[in-house]
This record gives sequence, C-alpha cells and structure tokens, in this order.
Amino acid sequence: MDAPVSFVLNGKPVTVTSPRDRMLVWVLRDELGLTGTKVGCEAGLCGACTVLVDQEAVLSCSTALGDVAGKSILTIEGLALDGKLDPVQKAFQDHHAFQCGYCTSGMIMAAWAFLKKKPKATRAEIVAAMEGNICRCGAHVRILDAVESVGKATGGVR
Amino acid sequence: MRRRTLLQTAAAGALTFFFRTPASAAPIEPTRPGAYAEDFNAYLKISADGRVGCFVGKTELGQGATTVLAMLVAEELELDPARVDMLLGDTDLCPWDLPTGGSLTMWHTAPVLRGAAAEARAVLLGLAAKALGAPAADLALKDGALWVKADPKRRTTFGELVQGRKMARHLGKVKPKPLSECTVIGRRVPRKDALAKITGAAKYAGDLRLPGTLHACLLRPPAQGLKLTTADTAAAERVPGVRIVRDGTLLAVLHAQPDTARKALALVKGTFEGTEPDVDDVRIYQYLVDKAAPGQRVMIARGDVAAGEKRAATVVEGEYRNAYEGHATLEPHTSVAKWEEGRMTVWASNQSPFVFRDSVAEALKLDKDKVRIVTPFVGGGFGGKLVAPAAVEAARIARQLPGVPIQVAWNREEDFLLDGYRPAAVVKIRSGLDAGRGAITFWDNIAAGVSQGEAEFAYDMQTNRYQAPAVPDLHPLKVGAWRAPNAHTNAFARECQLDALAAKAGLDPATLRRRLANDPRLLRLLDLALEAFGWEPAPGPTGRGIGLACGAWRQALVVAVAQVAVDKATGKVQVLRFLEAVDVGLVVNPDGARQQVEGAITMCLGQALSEEIRFKGGHILDKNFDTYLLPRFSAIPRIQVVFADSGTTTTQGIGEPPVVPVAAALANAVFDATGARVTHVPFTPARVLEALKRVP
Repeated sequence: MDAPVSFVLNGKPVTVTSPRDRMLVWVLRDELGLTGTKVGCEAGLCGACTVLVDQEAVLSCSTALGDVAGKSILTIEGLALDGKLDPVQKAFQDHHAFQCGYCTSGMIMAAWAFLKKKPKATRAEIVAAMEGNICRCGAHVRILDAVESVGKATGGVR
Repeated sequence: MRRRTLLQTAAAGALTFFFRTPASAAPIEPTRPGAYAEDFNAYLKISADGRVGCFVGKTELGQGATTVLAMLVAEELELDPARVDMLLGDTDLCPWDLPTGGSLTMWHTAPVLRGAAAEARAVLLGLAAKALGAPAADLALKDGALWVKADPKRRTTFGELVQGRKMARHLGKVKPKPLSECTVIGRRVPRKDALAKITGAAKYAGDLRLPGTLHACLLRPPAQGLKLTTADTAAAERVPGVRIVRDGTLLAVLHAQPDTARKALALVKGTFEGTEPDVDDVRIYQYLVDKAAPGQRVMIARGDVAAGEKRAATVVEGEYRNAYEGHATLEPHTSVAKWEEGRMTVWASNQSPFVFRDSVAEALKLDKDKVRIVTPFVGGGFGGKLVAPAAVEAARIARQLPGVPIQVAWNREEDFLLDGYRPAAVVKIRSGLDAGRGAITFWDNIAAGVSQGEAEFAYDMQTNRYQAPAVPDLHPLKVGAWRAPNAHTNAFARECQLDALAAKAGLDPATLRRRLANDPRLLRLLDLALEAFGWEPAPGPTGRGIGLACGAWRQALVVAVAQVAVDKATGKVQVLRFLEAVDVGLVVNPDGARQQVEGAITMCLGQALSEEIRFKGGHILDKNFDTYLLPRFSAIPRIQVVFADSGTTTTQGIGEPPVVPVAAALANAVFDATGARVTHVPFTPARVLEALKRVP
C-alpha cells in the first residue's frame, strides 16, 4: 500500500496515494489531470516539465513525489490569479513568445522563478537562467524580450 | 509555376533542356493538385449568434495557420479575426486539403479560403438586400451587421440572415477585396492560440485523458533494420493492470498509467532479426557516393560544360556534405486511437490529417470513411509529422480493444530512433568564373543523397549540368521531409561554392551575386539586405566574420547575412548577428511571418553548428538532448528581419524559405572570419578546427 503524500498544489491542499518514487510530472498529469506541464525528454534535459516547488523551479520529470511532501507546488494552471494573468504570462502573450507552445509552460515557470529572485536582471543573466529550457520552434528572442520586459515594466512577478 | 513544372519534369528522369524563365512582375498563380471543395459552405459556417466558424484541413503546428487563415476570412467578412472560430485538421468536419507542409498553406489554401469568404460576403449582402429591401450596393457591412447606409436603422445581422443554416445560394467565383480596401491584411493581430498556450489549457494529443485510456509502450528493436521475432512478456504481465497486445512485429505493453506501462515494458525481453546497414556516421558520405554512382542521371543540362570550363579564368572544385538531422519536435509523435461502432477515431499530433486517415485506413484495411483524424494542438512538425507511424500503432492496438482509447506517446529515444531524418548528402560542384568576373562559364553539380530540388537559383548560369541519383533505398537510415527538403542542402553547396569562386577571384561576394542575379526581385532583395546590414564590399576573407547567402523556395526569395566570431583555439562558432531579407510576396500577417523567419534562423543555428544524428549500423547513438544538441539561449544572435515590398497580391508560404540559406551564410561568415572553409554541416568545433588546419 502506498502511503499518502500531501502537498499544496496551486494554493490548495491535496493528498495523493502513489509510490513515493513516482515522478511528479506523472502525478500532476496523470493523477491530478494538470496537463499544462509537458513531457519532453524525461531526463531533465529540456525543461518542458518545469514547475515551482516552494517557488524554486524544478524539473518535475526528475523530482520524486516523496520529495515534495509538505511543500507548495505551483504549475502553469495555478499562475493566473482570479482569472488575471500573471505578468510573465501576459508578457509571453504580448510578445508572441511561443510558436507550437509545447515548451511554453516550462519557459514561463522557469522565468517566473528567476524573476522572483532577480526582477531587474540583465539580458545576459536572463540568458543564463533560461539556458536549461529548450524551444525547438525558435521563439528564443521573443522569450528573452518577454522576460526582460516583465522586470522593466512591473518590477517583477507577483 | 513554370520553373517548378520543368524541374518536376526533369525529376521524372527525362533529360530536359530549357531556357531560363524570364523574370516577370505578373503574379504567378498557384496550380493546385487535388480536389479543393467548391462550395464555400464547406469552409464557413455562420452560427445564429453571428460568429463565423472556419474549417480547414490544415493543422496548427505553431506556425500560426489558425491566426493567418482567420485574418483572411475576417478581411472579406469585415470582422475582427477574434470572431472567427477556427477548426483545423478534423477529417470529418474539414474539407480535404494537402498536408501542412511545403509552405503550401498560404500558397494553395489561402486563396481558396479567401475566395470562399468573398463569395459568402456577396451571398450575405444579397440576402440582406432582399431582407432590407435595398440594393446590395447601398448596404454597409461591419462586425457581423449589415445596414442601409442612408438609413442605419434598417439593419440585420449575419445570424438573422443565416440562422445557422447552410447558405443555399451560389454566385460562383467572386473576387476578393482589392488590397487597397483591406484593413486586416498587413495588421498586427493577436495570435488566436496565445491564451490557451500561456495558461496551459492548450490540449496536445497526450493531454486528452479520455476516460478509460490505456497507455501503450511498444517494444522497439535496438537498431533500425531489425524486427521483433520472439518476446518473453511473463515478467511484465505480473505487473498489476498490465495488458499485452501483439500484432505481428508490434508488441505493446498497456497500462492505465503511462509511467507504469513504460516500466513494465522494460521487463519484456525480445529477440530481433534482420540486417543492419554496414555503415556509420563517418563512412556514410563515401557510402552514398558509391551507391549513387551507377544511378546518377543528368536532371538538368544546358550548354557545353567542357567548353565552358575552357572559358573559365577561375575554377573551383568543392565538396559539400551534411549529416542526418532529426526533427526533434519538442512534442514527440503522439496519438490516441479509439475503435468504436466500426469506426476508428485517432487524435493525432500530425501535419497531414488526410494522409494520416489514409495511412490508418490502409494499415487496418478499412474504408477511408471509417477513419477519422482529429488534430489537437501539435507541438512542432518541421516535416517530421507528415507521416503517421504512431497513429498507425495506436490504431492497430485500438482495433483489438474495442471502446478503449489507446494512447501511444513516443518517448525521446523512440522519437530519435524512429524519425525520418533530413537526408545526409554529398554535393560536388566544379565551376568557373570568367576573366571579367561577371559570368559563370560552367557549373557542374553532382549530388548524392538529395535531389536537384532548388539547386538552381535566379542566377545567370548559361552552362550547367545537374546530376542526381535515381537509386531506390539509397539511404541506409529512414529519411523524410525536413523543413525545405533538398533546398538547404543544395543552397549550402551552391552559395559556399560561389563564395569560394569570389574569394579566389578576389571579388566581393555580394558584388558577384549582384552581377549574377537575373531576376530584378533578387537584385532588389540583395540591395535591401546589404543596406539593412551595412555591408561594406571587400573580397574575403576580411577577418570581419561576415557571410552572405541566397536561397529560394518556389518563388520565395531570401537573402541572409550573418556575422560570427570564431574561437580559433576551440573551433567554437558564436553567431553575433543574423539578418534575413525575405520576399514572399504579399505578407498577410507581418508578425506571424516575422516569427517564422526568426524561428527558421534560430532552428538552423542547430542545423549549421551542432545537430547530427550519430549512428553505427542501425544503432542510433543520439538518444536524447544530452548529445543531440539543439540551440539554446546562449547561442542566439541578434536577429533582424526585413520584408520586401514586392507589390504583388499573391502570397508565398513562409515556413520554409527562411531556412534555406542559413547554414551557407554562416559557413561563409566562418570563412570571412578565418579563411577556413567549412564544408560539412554541421560545422561542429571539431570540424572547424580541422578546417582551420587546412588554411595555408
């Protein structure tokens, strides 16, 4: 019998009964139905599965369920508050900082975690922070523009 | 279409002599194969609330088809594009279309759709004229309402006129609005897929979660060329909830949880048989040349090549290579299939709904109308999802389990193993320049691994010969269409060869191209690019690291200028700046078009510098993004895009053209920086170091 694991997901407490070594991405997508978090490489190489655990960006394909017990998880579905887009989402929308959209959730979550720590980052710092996230369509320039604009316009994420 | 038609004739194997197509300002109209629906009702449905539904058999891969096609409908019907609801890629609901490839959406489909919307507009005006008792010419139309201009209180709406019914009247061909009256075309329009994609609400095939879905993981051979013979599934079957499906060489482990299915698959022991090719990623080039040699055919020939060589003052011989390259869409091939009441429905990540339908029908020996393809959002295509292997796998399994949705989602390793790669290729060119440095006296081009597609260009080359092999199964690995097939290989060879000729003759490479340009559009585009970049003419290598290349895709023209820095100690190429000037005719959605160009440049940094499928026999050595290197943020240069105002009313697609000259411009920039000519795509640091060693 798998022991229940509790954590806070997008502001609400949840308890799941899954093996503690099950990867978080499957718990989110398969068990909790939050499919905004994507599976790209299953090896921590592409960043498509990035979510926030206690406001730190983590790769949910390489994070075991047991490791998030008692922690607070934020996924792309929880980023907009009361129907209002987060500034990072808004910036991605305004800049058309995506094409196919498959990397977008991971990009937004990675950018959010970075901007939380460093709202007024330089372009070079943003590049370094986003280096782990792959975009195949080549939206990179717009993603950098979008992330840079959040710091400039609003002084960072909420 | 003249040049294209002749090339296709030539590709059929005939020895064809022909003259250059004279450059013409007249718009070139597309010729469309296949049966596009004649009835505008097939494309457009106006609901009682006045919203317009638009049904098109293309798919949204991220290229923005949803947005640009909605713009065309909105233009004719005087609507905000936000009020046009797009439904793409459903073979039951959308009229037939060709695959979403070849940059054909804007070339083939857009004029049909615009014509359909224009006819709908005329029919609506006619219905309103009758309803309001006023001549159609006296009516105004905006945002779904129609009214008498002189008496705005006499008004009606799309919804009232149509009430969701099919419009029975037909007017035949109605001309779309003249460009001068267009208000949507050319405007920046919000992408229609933005909100879904930035909130995580966008559903891709793997996100559907139909009730009762079983996830199928298939047993793969360790190498291409091998097939499953026997399998021991006993250990896997002991995992609670696992089911095994076997159908010939297909063996799938099914489970309600995708990760459990994958883990159980690891417990299956299979034996495989077959022959792996005896070649690897190093020997592949000689392999292709040797295998192609007996099958070489002259595809295009003009003039006397031997005589041309005698007239040459400068002769260069070059050999250009490119490796196999993967599509590496971030969303791997994924499909969900369900067999119910004698019909197979497949929700497929795909570029070609109707090809997928036909492939599934053929594999399952079903009538085509017993198969329906539904297309959710697609996480990238680039040519890789023109073919339906995962959809067929899902359907074969689903056929054995009626009523159960079966999801097949390849993992990254499967996606690399089972992809149809950009073909590896070798192109050898021997060519000469006259003493006046203004004419190519001969151009002798022989290719292995690619066709002669887009090898010719809008240059004045009176004496030339193009050979390509007509050899079936030339490639030891599975190959397929990769964004602008053949064109990037041939443009790389041609543009590097021209650069080498210019350098040897002591001529500025842009000046040589200006002298050779035989199309005023190309000349204008060259000037646009050179001016926007700030090109200063000088024979290379100048040490500045600036390179130029041109390319075409159908009638679309592209000029690329790149600036690089080369670390001579490590061989690493850092791209500093990349500019493309693009002439695709009328640009309908400027921001969407710009995205395609930026994306193509960025994607091809990987093609040029790092992406290569390494293999030994049928074993694909690259299994994930740790060794297969896509461009990351630190590789991205400053990107500039300029569009030519070509004054035409026709629109070429833009997915492929901007891909074509990227690697060539970068290679020429490396030469300009170092004097070393890199001729092997990708020019990895190791290959750059080799090239540097060859510099005298």
